[in-house]
Amino acid sequence: MTLLFWVCAVVLVGSAIGVIASRHPVHSVVGLIVNFAALAVLFLTLSAEFLAMIQVIIYAGAILVLFLFVIALLTVGSAPIESEAMKLPEQAGQSVVAGLVALGLLAWGIRADWAQSAARPPADLGTVGKFGVELLTTHVFAFEATAFVLLVAVLGVVMMAGRKELRR
Amino acid sequence: MPHVPLADYLELSAVLFTLGVIGFLVRRNPLTMLMSIELMWNAGNLAFAAFARNFGDMSGQIFVFIVITVAAAEAAIALAIVVMVFRRREDVDVDDISLLRG
Repeated sequence: MTLLFWVCAVVLVGSAIGVIASRHPVHSVVGLIVNFAALAVLFLTLSAEFLAMIQVIIYAGAILVLFLFVIALLTVGSAPIESEAMKLPEQAGQSVVAGLVALGLLAWGIRADWAQSAARPPADLGTVGKFGVELLTTHVFAFEATAFVLLVAVLGVVMMAGRKELRR
Repeated sequence: MPHVPLADYLELSAVLFTLGVIGFLVRRNPLTMLMSIELMWNAGNLAFAAFARNFGDMSGQIFVFIVITVAAAEAAIALAIVVMVFRRREDVDVDDISLLRG
């Protein structure tokens, strides 16, 4: 289990670096697919079966395909997006500093003494059946809220992308 | 079955979140920036799932479900905005997009 965790951790960090460092967005998407697959394995080690499944089906299956479609639409017969020099050249260094400060703050927070649960987690934690029961009883409001969020997203996309007039 | 401690999951989550922050701030391609945001969502999800296992409580996993839904909605709307900007300008470098109107 420990070995599996560290293998997944290395794959996650490596693919994340690949996502943010590669020049072409398609390579970033490939890195992101590897990242999501490793995260799904980590969800399994956390006994979150249902989350591992929707991580693969929704994230890798739906969201990344959406990214690929937009990349295909945007990069046909045009120059690479970041071809010109940066307008704010000092931004990159400052960004890395800001990110490391954020990491320091997060590490500081993690050092808090989290109570390790005494009892072992229940055997059915995260199974599809348990997840469904929880979602439709205890957390039914969250379920309704997600439905509303998706409705708003659909309306927003239709409002923006379905517009007729387009000034060139 | 040996238990990986909660702190290890949280540290991994923090590192992934930081990589997302750096990617979002350094890159100028809006698609890569959106993918950095996805990295940050996933770092948060990992922390939620780790806490859910630690406390034996399903609420953390339910919240991951909400986060994935919101991430899907965000990706759809953000990509629609990117496509609209591209249709008007033929160029989507975020350094060049400085007006709120087309």
